[in-house]
Amino acid sequence: MNLPTQACQALEAFAQSKGWEQRARLLMQWGDRLEPLAEAEKTEANRVHGCESLVWLVAEQVEGAWRFKASSDARLLRGLLALLLVRVQGLASAELAALDLRGWFTQLGLERQLSPSRSNGLHAVLQRMAELATNR
Amino acid sequence: MFQPSPWRADFPAIAALQRQHQTYLDSAATTQKPQALLDALSHYYGHGAANVHRAQHLPGALATQAFETSRDKVAAWLNAAESRQIVFTHGATSALNLLAYGLEQRFEAGDEIAVSALEHHANLLPWQQLAQRRKLRLVVLPLDAHGRIDLDQALQLIGPRTRLLAVSQLSNVLGTWQPLSALLAHARAQGALTVVDGAQGVVHGRHDVQQLGCDFYVFSSHKLYGPEGVGVLYGRSQALELLRHWQFGGEMVQLAEYQSASFRPAPLGFEAGTPPIAGVIGLGATLDYLASLDARAVEAHEASLHQQLLRGLGDRDGLRILGAPQAALASFVIEGVHNADIAHLLTEQGIAVRAGHHCAMPLLKGLGLEGAIRVSLGLYNDSDDLQRFFDALDQGLELLR
Repeated sequence: MNLPTQACQALEAFAQSKGWEQRARLLMQWGDRLEPLAEAEKTEANRVHGCESLVWLVAEQVEGAWRFKASSDARLLRGLLALLLVRVQGLASAELAALDLRGWFTQLGLERQLSPSRSNGLHAVLQRMAELATNR
Repeated sequence: MFQPSPWRADFPAIAALQRQHQTYLDSAATTQKPQALLDALSHYYGHGAANVHRAQHLPGALATQAFETSRDKVAAWLNAAESRQIVFTHGATSALNLLAYGLEQRFEAGDEIAVSALEHHANLLPWQQLAQRRKLRLVVLPLDAHGRIDLDQALQLIGPRTRLLAVSQLSNVLGTWQPLSALLAHARAQGALTVVDGAQGVVHGRHDVQQLGCDFYVFSSHKLYGPEGVGVLYGRSQALELLRHWQFGGEMVQLAEYQSASFRPAPLGFEAGTPPIAGVIGLGATLDYLASLDARAVEAHEASLHQQLLRGLGDRDGLRILGAPQAALASFVIEGVHNADIAHLLTEQGIAVRAGHHCAMPLLKGLGLEGAIRVSLGLYNDSDDLQRFFDALDQGLELLR
């Protein structure tokens, strides 16, 4: 399957990054690109629990394709969310369900961010996505 | 100036962590273990495990002897008058739950239980749930600006309706010693039972439960350089007699028939089922090790490192320390920077500290915070550990700002 353009860019950038500082800078840059959520979208229903930070995931399906928006009050997590969204944007439920998101973050060199012992919330966001993908 | 820890080499995991470029500053969550403990576990499992208090055979007798010797060591560590005042549980949490269930019959609707605003969930939720079951009032003692229980207000709030007071000795978030002697004396004068959560306090300095004058004292082995899965409940003899049995099963029973049974008194009556035998033996070995150290030297080392920690944190712009920590740890937040971001960047640099609500959500909420970063010290930490933490913090902040 071909990667979306932005996902390719992310992969390239992170593959070349050396050291934690560069990775953190990149994460922050990607986080800044995240389309901001309207206050009205930061509802309890859109909140993803199981995170120490506030995280929202807004999901809708347009003609079978998922459209996600996400945000957090923590900056580096916004970066992780951005990297997640570029990979899943526009997928159909079956594609989303079949996607190995852990593999995606491993490719980016960020697999440690997915550990359930980490309270950054990415793990919980992936669980929410998996539920969405299988329920509809 | 470099301040080494003379005991660092006694904890093999510290060197192993260092080889993985990890600096461990999360001892208030759990501690690394001394070689003496590893040896004791290896000896017990290597020389013949057996169940305790049951079998007549030699391995059983040896295991029982080692297990009961650990009870003597814990009693000596706390200066309890008798070993039978020490009940082994599966952790501090289970000891506190034992109390909340074992004392339940003593409460009537409208009675009051007093806890402080800084309690760890383990010393809040068992009482909160007991209050709900028995329609009691849970009275929360407020804190002063330093993060200590406000004595003036507490003495007003603890009155004749107060049947039980449950408070921490040393706060796991604020690092403050609580004014126990005044609180306990006042509660006792009101006829209330007193419970001290020593989970953090027991790790720093020696505490004499008789001098403290509490009815119950609880701590967990793994925070005191011992194995997990073991908790300790000390009770004054008369207080232990008030406890109803709460978990039922093997070896806690005197006589069992199909329709009825009678039960043993403390401690065995409250140790239903096979206890964590190796863990208890390991705790005994840890206490032997700790008792062999120069207590004054340990205290001076910890106090000096704690001062360095506070000084370093105080030197950083926009950093706010929670309360006025007196020992062991400090929690902080930084203006304009999310805790999760600092935690992320410290983790990237191999600094093991804790971020979040520290199992004290109401306390953090009361401080108007979602979370905080906590740095906590063990006797194996040295000044280089702190220096690595501060360097990492500065690097992280530079990136974030």
